[in-house]
Amino acid sequence: MNMQIEPEQRATAPVTALEVRGLVKHYPGVKALDGVDLVVRQHEVVGLAGENGAGKSTLLKALVGLVRPDDGEIWVRGEKVRLRSVVDAADHGIGMVFQEQSLVPNLTVAENIVLGSEGLGVRRGVYRWDAMRRLAQEQLDKIGSRIDPLARTDTLTFADRQMVEIAKVLRIEERTSHPPVIILDEPTSVLESKEIDALFTQVRRLREFASVVFVSHRLDEVLDVCDRVAVLRGGQSVGELPTADAAPDQLHRMMIGSTGSDDHYHGAAVEPPAEPREPRLVVRGLCGRTFRDVDLDVHAGEIVGIVGVHGSGREDVCRALFGAEPTTAGEVTLDGEELDLSGTRAACAAGVGYVPAERKTEGMVGPMSVADNMTLTKQEARCSGPLVRPRKQAKLVDTWIQRLSIRTPHRGTPIQRLSGGNQQKVVLARWLVSGDVRLLLLDHPTRGLDIGARSEVYRLMRELASSGVATVLLADSLEEAIGMSDRIVVMNDGRATTEVDAPVGDKPTPLDLVKEMV
Amino acid sequence: MSFRDTGPLIALVVIVGIFAALSPGFRTLSNAQNIMDAAAVLAVVTCGVTFVLMMGSIDLSTPGIMGASAITVALLVANNRNDNELGLLGVALAILVAAGLGCLSGLALVLLKVPSFMTTLGVSAVGLGVATLLFAGVQPNISDGTLSGWAVDRFLGLSTLTWIAVACVLVGWMVQRYTRLGRYAFAIGGAEEVLALSGVNVKPYKVAVFTMAGAFYGLGGVMVTSQLGAGLVQAGRGYDFSAITAAVVGGTLLAGGRGGVLHSTVGVLLVTVLTNGLVLVGVSPYWQGGVQGLIVVAAVAAAVIPQRRRNQVTK
Ligand SMILES: Nc1ncnc2c1ncn2[C@@H]1O[C@H](COP(=O)(O)OP(=O)(O)OP(=O)(O)O)[C@@H](O)[C@H]1O
Ligand SMILES: [Mg+2]
Repeated sequence: MNMQIEPEQRATAPVTALEVRGLVKHYPGVKALDGVDLVVRQHEVVGLAGENGAGKSTLLKALVGLVRPDDGEIWVRGEKVRLRSVVDAADHGIGMVFQEQSLVPNLTVAENIVLGSEGLGVRRGVYRWDAMRRLAQEQLDKIGSRIDPLARTDTLTFADRQMVEIAKVLRIEERTSHPPVIILDEPTSVLESKEIDALFTQVRRLREFASVVFVSHRLDEVLDVCDRVAVLRGGQSVGELPTADAAPDQLHRMMIGSTGSDDHYHGAAVEPPAEPREPRLVVRGLCGRTFRDVDLDVHAGEIVGIVGVHGSGREDVCRALFGAEPTTAGEVTLDGEELDLSGTRAACAAGVGYVPAERKTEGMVGPMSVADNMTLTKQEARCSGPLVRPRKQAKLVDTWIQRLSIRTPHRGTPIQRLSGGNQQKVVLARWLVSGDVRLLLLDHPTRGLDIGARSEVYRLMRELASSGVATVLLADSLEEAIGMSDRIVVMNDGRATTEVDAPVGDKPTPLDLVKEMV
Repeated sequence: MSFRDTGPLIALVVIVGIFAALSPGFRTLSNAQNIMDAAAVLAVVTCGVTFVLMMGSIDLSTPGIMGASAITVALLVANNRNDNELGLLGVALAILVAAGLGCLSGLALVLLKVPSFMTTLGVSAVGLGVATLLFAGVQPNISDGTLSGWAVDRFLGLSTLTWIAVACVLVGWMVQRYTRLGRYAFAIGGAEEVLALSGVNVKPYKVAVFTMAGAFYGLGGVMVTSQLGAGLVQAGRGYDFSAITAAVVGGTLLAGGRGGVLHSTVGVLLVTVLTNGLVLVGVSPYWQGGVQGLIVVAAVAAAVIPQRRRNQVTK
């Protein structure tokens, strides 16, 4: 094992907070972890990188006792431990901020922070709201947050909820006298850039008194905030990299085990769209709850990015075009015909496809199989009349699983067992399978995807565009918007304020756009 | 306070207003007393079911548990079948039996992982079975003065039973707001998996909620016995769905995580006022059931409209 520290080094090396040796976890059909090693020292931020399905989340869940490894050892501060539950892990000073859904929405912030270890906040089963509020305030103060501890959690913004999660996880300090290990699984995937900066400030603060394990698919972020990056590939450790002198593509090469293409937006590989005639999508004066007087043209074969900060209303415009958000005024035509915005069924029938940002709740049916999720909108792919035709469906689905290299043991596997990136590929495939999409609305289509998968999604988008599909893209980052779009519309406070051409070879810089956004 | 919280209250005020305008008989003090007295048992039972609904579970065990407690109390206090004369101790024992039956629902739910719909249906049958065995073909009429007095003695114009109901609502509200049990019941309905991730073992809380609900139903059964002067197997008939209806009308979500005891109590009043008002306004008894159903659905819809989103999932 390449990571063991030589005895003479051990004296001078910083104290090891956490060590994983040869961890193995098999699921039916997949080796999620196949002998993983990892060392986390005190006061260190360790990045964990790897493609979708590389086993990152599984490893981290093993560290907080949610996954029982089949083999291998976990050592905490020089002591071998068996972690059976989250409480066990907390007693050893290990806590995790989960990527989604780990606060109770209908409780107050204070209750969430002390949940499970209320201490003085509850005496003999009776709540003492004052004490509870004080306890929570202490935690919030640690991270310098000004969130009201008595606010209901579901009234907070996503970024604030994440701060609450960090405040909550820091309570494990009360359980051990040692510096804790804080695990952050993809904390940035849903944040805006300003919020990300705030989070990084927190991470750097955490380093003063704790160790941090950090996962993100944005490699520049990983390199920015981490001291060291460990790379996983196919459930195995393939090495690590000090971040001081590493470049993103060096890291990427380690992740995929070969050289990747540098221009992953595939911009130059595709002909610019032929000189357009009538725009395919024409939006005039569209108004809704959060947007007003939006005009938008998208030609066949064109990708138009909409950028804007939180609250710019771009998500709602996108949803409105799919009939999923009420509109109060405005005219929308698709290929010259009026587009019915009264509901999603009408939109689907008119050839509009939509990939929602909230994959878990809106994009997929968790317990249903990969195959059923993929053919959800194209019922005729699996049915004749009311009858399901499994073989017809199977052939189609297998083709797409292969074309998009979706990592799943089988087409019948419930989609919720797939890693995030692979889930997203299935969701996208739904619109590819249906084949007659004229307008595709993509709301953060690459959220949570690794570079490789992202690159494939980009390639697919290009392919679709060159086959004539008009695409509206709400990108995950400005770079992505610039790289992928032929034209960029800037939205501000519910209005489309500026339009910037972004042809290949003459792209605007992120700075140009930021100026328009605020 | 969102509209969802105040909506049912507004609906209650509006309906009271309409009936008061339509019927002189409705707007009398004695009718107000009638309504309060008529709402008493339902209010107590609904208190119990609210906690179960708050967790996102459902409870159909009400008729069985109420029946068992009604017969038990009738046989333990002074009655015409045996020489028992336990008085208030008998009441406590009947409630204990009911709590035990509720506990059984909870245990079956967490240990056997049978959905609450089925476990509580089963426990209802068990309760009715126990009641039928104890009933043994001869109706126990009670002669205990205290217990029969509850239905007739009045304080500030309201019967003792009504005051018991008021106390129950207060206790229920305190449990919901100030105890870990109540808050966890709320949280379980909000996001059960998060509790597990935070290291909370939810099973004991679920069992405790069903036990507490059972105790409320038990008290309900005792109250019915006091009203009828006899223990009947069917003491709780129909209370399962009227309690759930009242809770939902009041804004407690069937999916859990929303509403509470006060909401449900508003629902109880709404339903009771409707029954009372329709009679006084002179709606034919053949129409009453149907009209009441329509108004209930309309009230729920009115409370939900401001909340509605496109593509909202309703189950
Ligand atoms: N509960 C489960 N049952 C079956 N297979 C699983 C389960 N959890 C994870 N897997 C599989 O284990 C592999 C590793 O998944 P994991 O979630 O750890 O990946 P990841 O590196 O976190 O990916 P991503 O970046 O997409 O989140 C995947 O192939 C996944 O399908
Ligand atoms: Mg993951």
